[in-house]
Formats: sequence, C-alpha cells, structure tokens
Amino acid sequence: MNDIIKLNNVSKQYKLFSIEPLSCTFKQGYITGLIGPNGAGKTTLIKMIMGITRPGTGEITIFGQSQSLQEAEIKQQIGFVSDECHYYEHLSIQSMKNIIAPFYKKWDDNAFSRLLDRFELSPKMKIRSLSKGMKMKLGLAFALSHHADLLIMDEPTAGLDPVFRRELLDLLAEIMLDERKSIVFSTHITTDLDRIADYIAFLHHGRLVFNESKEQIQERYVLVKGPLSLLEAPSVNAVFIGVRESLVGFEGLTDRGHEIAAIVGTSAQLSRPTLEDIMYFTARGGKSHAAAIT
Amino acid sequence: MKHIVYIYYIYIKQLSMVMQMNIILSNASNDPIYVQITQQIRSLILNGTLSSGEPLPSIRQLAKDLQISVITTKRAYEELEKEGLIDSVVGKGSFVTGINADFVREQRMKRLEQQMLAVIKEGKALRLSLVEIQQHIQLLYEEGDMDT
Repeated sequence: MNDIIKLNNVSKQYKLFSIEPLSCTFKQGYITGLIGPNGAGKTTLIKMIMGITRPGTGEITIFGQSQSLQEAEIKQQIGFVSDECHYYEHLSIQSMKNIIAPFYKKWDDNAFSRLLDRFELSPKMKIRSLSKGMKMKLGLAFALSHHADLLIMDEPTAGLDPVFRRELLDLLAEIMLDERKSIVFSTHITTDLDRIADYIAFLHHGRLVFNESKEQIQERYVLVKGPLSLLEAPSVNAVFIGVRESLVGFEGLTDRGHEIAAIVGTSAQLSRPTLEDIMYFTARGGKSHAAAIT
Repeated sequence: MKHIVYIYYIYIKQLSMVMQMNIILSNASNDPIYVQITQQIRSLILNGTLSSGEPLPSIRQLAKDLQISVITTKRAYEELEKEGLIDSVVGKGSFVTGINADFVREQRMKRLEQQMLAVIKEGKALRLSLVEIQQHIQLLYEEGDMDT
C-alpha cells in the first residue's frame, strides 16, 4: 500500500496555538477523514499540506515528492476545496472558470460542465449570488475538473443540506472506484465518516490522537454503560478515557476493547461507540457529571 | 456486432446479479458491518442463489453501492475467502468457488450450532430448564410440520 501524503515531524507554532510535531501517513486508494473539535488544528494541517502556510519544522511529502521543493507539480494533481470561498465574488462562474482553467495542464471542460449540471449550477450565475452550499458545490466542481489523483477538502459538508451531503458521499464513492485516487477531508459531522471513511485521523489540541483504519478503531474503543458502583474500584476507573456520570449510572469510553469485558464483568453493557462518542469523550477527558447532579 | 452482443451479455449478467444479490445492512444490529455482509453473501452461496463460478461485485463497487468504506468490504471478502467460499483473482475480481455439498452442509451445521447456543444462552437468562427448552422446540417443530 502506497503512502499518498507523508508527514514527518511536522509542527507549527502560533502565538496562541500550536501543532505539536506529528508524523503520519495517508494511504493511496482510500478515504481518510480528519476529525477533531473546533480549533483542534484540522485546517492548519490541511493548509500546511497545501503549502498555504509553511510548517515550522518537519517535512511533507506528497506523491513521493517534497512539498516545499516541487509544490507546483504536486498541485497539478491535487483537487482542493477550501472551507472559505476564495473566488472573485463579482464574476460569473464562466469567467471564474476562464481564470482557473489555464493553470491546470489536464483541465477538462466537459467534466466541468457535467459537474455543473449535476450540481444544478449554471455558468451564467454570479458567484456573489450563490448560497453557502452552492459555493461549496462550485468549489467541488473546480476541484474535480482536472483529473486530480488526490482530493483534499476542508469541511466540505458544512453548510450542505442532508440531501446533497448524501449525494456528495455517493460522488466520493464513485471517485474511489478508481484505486489510484485518494481523498482526505476534514469534518466534524462524523456521521458522514462513519459511513464511508476507511481511515480516521483524530486531532485534538494540536496533537494526533490516532490515525488508524475505522475497523481498528471500532475494535479498540468500547462504550461502557453501567451502574455507578462499578466505578468505585480504582482498577475499573482507570481504564476509562472519559466518563460521564449521572444519577442513573455512568457512560464511559475505553480504548482497551479486548480486556474490558473481563474487567467490568456482566453488570455493564458494552457497545460500539460512534466516532462522535470517541471524539466527545476524548475531548472532554476525565470525569464529567451530568448537570442533573448539582 | 460482436461488440453489441458482448455488451448485452454484460448487461444481462449485471442485471441478473443485481436481482440475485440483495445485501441489507442494519445500523441497529450489534454485528459489525463486515460480519453482516459476510453472513448474507455466505447464505446466498449456501442456499444456491449464487452458484459456483459466479462473479461477485468488485470490492470498490460494493463499497460504493452500500455507501460504506472500501476496507469494510475488503474485510468481508477476506473472511469469505478464508472460509473457502469465494476466490479472488488479482485483476479479475472475486468469484464463488465450486464447493461440494458436504462442505456446505458442514458449514450450515456449524451455523446452526451457533444459533442453538444463542437459544440456550437466552433460555438460561430466562431461567428455563433444559427440559423446558426442549419442550418448546418440540412444540415449534410440530407446528412447523402442520404448516407445510
């Protein structure tokens, strides 16, 4: 399995926020979802991959080429959808296309028209008049019209209605029929990823919590629900990453899925957590009490 | 002309495949998605709906159709390969292997055993004795006879 993106000790320091040195790889032929709460560093990471901001330390390799040395070549093969609309608002879609198309050697006008049709956009529309969701669709149309091998998207499903979100997932699955293509996208709507993502990279406070296949994650993490008395034993308490207690019992997340059944015994109920559960308990950490207790 | 015939053949082949292969996934189920796929394809093979040599949809196509990840379908196919129910040929896809009747029976017996174990477990949870469970099964068995 080839690595499409490789980060080696990449870090970035801002005054109030930093990405701690992180190393990870994203695989070719798969969809990787980048998740994390707001402010976890998802956009910063994507910006570094795209060369929009330079990493403080470390090296980024894309398609086996150095990101800093061969940026122009690399970008020919990347389709990028930003979370902001960076197109000229006063132009029509057609004129904007005339500006963007010449940058790409493999620009495909037919593909672009087909996508506009599919997204119900007309080339005559002024960009200013587009809604947030329509702008996102336009961004996608631009990103998918030059036969890119790697699609990178920052929060593509934000601002989209559920109907189009499903359609987008279909579109992504269509792209993935070709095993040479890869997709990396960030989101905090994790239900999208619960469905189609192959790998999940979880960022929290500028650190990488994990970067694994969804299957592995689902095997390792277990959601435990049980009576409060169970938590009194320190050996039980220690296995939880995060616990939410209430008058009627507790709910906790553990990443020791293989041993948990033996530890908690039969008085607790075990279930598979969603990505949202994993994100919630990891982000809050420690113990938290439901409001009802106070 | 040859082309048209060929395309038509593929079309028929696909059409028949779509009709034959129903896979229904449930989010409510406790079984992981890949287990659900494995179980359903296995029973399609064991009950003869999918016959020997028949092609299965590609891993990526199935992932797309079910709107699930490629790794999940890959894992399901790997399980089926391990059981010897399907064969995967690089560049050609996956096919139902020609399995013999004894093997099929053995597989089904294994599955039946698992289901029986589940029944026993549930029975114990309800504090039924062995005799009570046996009686219950006998009753249902005889009712089934009357239906047919």
